Amino acid sequence: MDINDLRSIVTVLSFITFIGILAWAFSGRRKAAFDEAARSLMEDDEFARVNVKSAPKAAGH
Amino acid sequence: MEAQTTYNYKVVRQFAIMTVVWGIVGMLVGVIIAAELIWPQMSFDLPWLTFGRLRPLHTNAVIFAFGGCGLFAASYYVVQRTCHARLISDGLAAFTFWGWQVVILAAAITLPLGYTSSKEYAELEWPIDILITVIWVVYAIVFFGTIMKRKTSHIYVANWFFGAYIITIALLHIVNNAELPVSFLGMKSYSAYAGVQDAMVQWWYGHNAVGFFLTTAFLGMMYYFVPKQAGRPVYSYRLSVVHFWALIFTYMWAGPHHLHYTALPDWTQSLGMVFSLILLAPSWGGMINGIMTLSGAWHKLRTDPILKFLVTSLSFYGMSTFEGPMMSIKTVNALSHYTDWTVGHVHSGALGWVSMVTIGSMYYLIPRLFGREQMHSIKLVTAHFWVATIGVVLYIAALWISGVMQGLMWRAVNADGTLTYSFAEAVKMVYPFYTIRLVGGVLFLTGMLIMAYNVYKTVAGSRAVDDAAIPAPAGAHA
Repeated sequence: MDINDLRSIVTVLSFITFIGILAWAFSGRRKAAFDEAARSLMEDDEFARVNVKSAPKAAGH
Repeated sequence: MEAQTTYNYKVVRQFAIMTVVWGIVGMLVGVIIAAELIWPQMSFDLPWLTFGRLRPLHTNAVIFAFGGCGLFAASYYVVQRTCHARLISDGLAAFTFWGWQVVILAAAITLPLGYTSSKEYAELEWPIDILITVIWVVYAIVFFGTIMKRKTSHIYVANWFFGAYIITIALLHIVNNAELPVSFLGMKSYSAYAGVQDAMVQWWYGHNAVGFFLTTAFLGMMYYFVPKQAGRPVYSYRLSVVHFWALIFTYMWAGPHHLHYTALPDWTQSLGMVFSLILLAPSWGGMINGIMTLSGAWHKLRTDPILKFLVTSLSFYGMSTFEGPMMSIKTVNALSHYTDWTVGHVHSGALGWVSMVTIGSMYYLIPRLFGREQMHSIKLVTAHFWVATIGVVLYIAALWISGVMQGLMWRAVNADGTLTYSFAEAVKMVYPFYTIRLVGGVLFLTGMLIMAYNVYKTVAGSRAVDDAAIPAPAGAHA
């Protein structure tokens, strides 16, 4: 087996890995966790301060 | 104990302010060299001010000083806020800030003096290369260390983009700058590679500097600041995951398109072209994901200039990632290569995409870092947006015309096989377009000056926020 066989194998393995990632990302099982991750950004209160209950929110949010 | 209840905003503030400062410096140098192309006597016969020495200063300043500081600021802010954890070390974070400023100053001194390794976007000589490596390793420790101590279970997608950028830039920088120093005070080294291998390593580096520094990293910015400013979660989180891995698997292979019709083996050129074409898919997937995040909130675009910046940046990202694959097709490249078209393409990405997403993100970030509700003047943000947009459009339209004209004039042949035009005739034809390009550049720089004034008014008399609270872990609430 020469190095080019190895290169071909790595390319094919990479492709299969990518297809695997596609299947994983689009599987129904992941949906809840992904939605949660996307929502977590919205729930982060950037105006929370230590020792202060809540600073005024920015206008327009 | 006190330190662990708050985020480290100090280093984010420092990088955010320097983003504006270096943006002005880098773009000013760009305006100067654009003027030198029209009036070459502007160098006053001083070698330090010639186009050849100032051009790498311009590219290094806008990419690594302006863009770099913006990325440090954004990545340090995003990783803390999405991991609910303070940076693992204030000292190491401060080291990356001061170290990076030293690198920038070293570049600003050595490049005009003529010290260069002559590799595009990697011109800095070996002692500076070593300093960059040290800072970058510390950056990786701070970033990944913070991810490791996160209080959230999931690693938000923006951090994946930032993480990939940090790892890949380390790899690219070390491999492409493998060189043999021959003089310390003379700052001289020779590349570890020779001939076409050297060219291939350089453009493997060069295109991935575009792919991972100027694209992947700024996509990290996009995946945080677009949803936050729009007030809506990202359109499709699973698409963002696919977007990430598709970019990771394909970008590395696109470099050979910089070496079409050279001594590089033909199959390597074709491989580079094919992978560049494939890149269209993930690029547009990402662009659509960003823009569609606004669905249901389109009305905000009318009144919110920060969203205008972010959405326009995505539009330019879509345009330049369509144009790029087209230009990588060998027959198109035969016309476009070595012409101003390439320069116009780069600026549609650099001004339209990278600068606009950075500017939008900084307008989001700076008031939050200084305890203000919003920027001092929203009107000035709007003014900045329009001045910058008109500037970019003038710039790239002028260079499309001059570039295609150059390509057509250079390749035109008479019936007997002789060249139709002398080189000087093509030079003469581009003068008016170089003037339009200069006007576009001046407008973009003017926008940055407006931003600087607005940032100054926002920061002056404000309170540096050092008590931004880290949320208590779930279940620990009183």
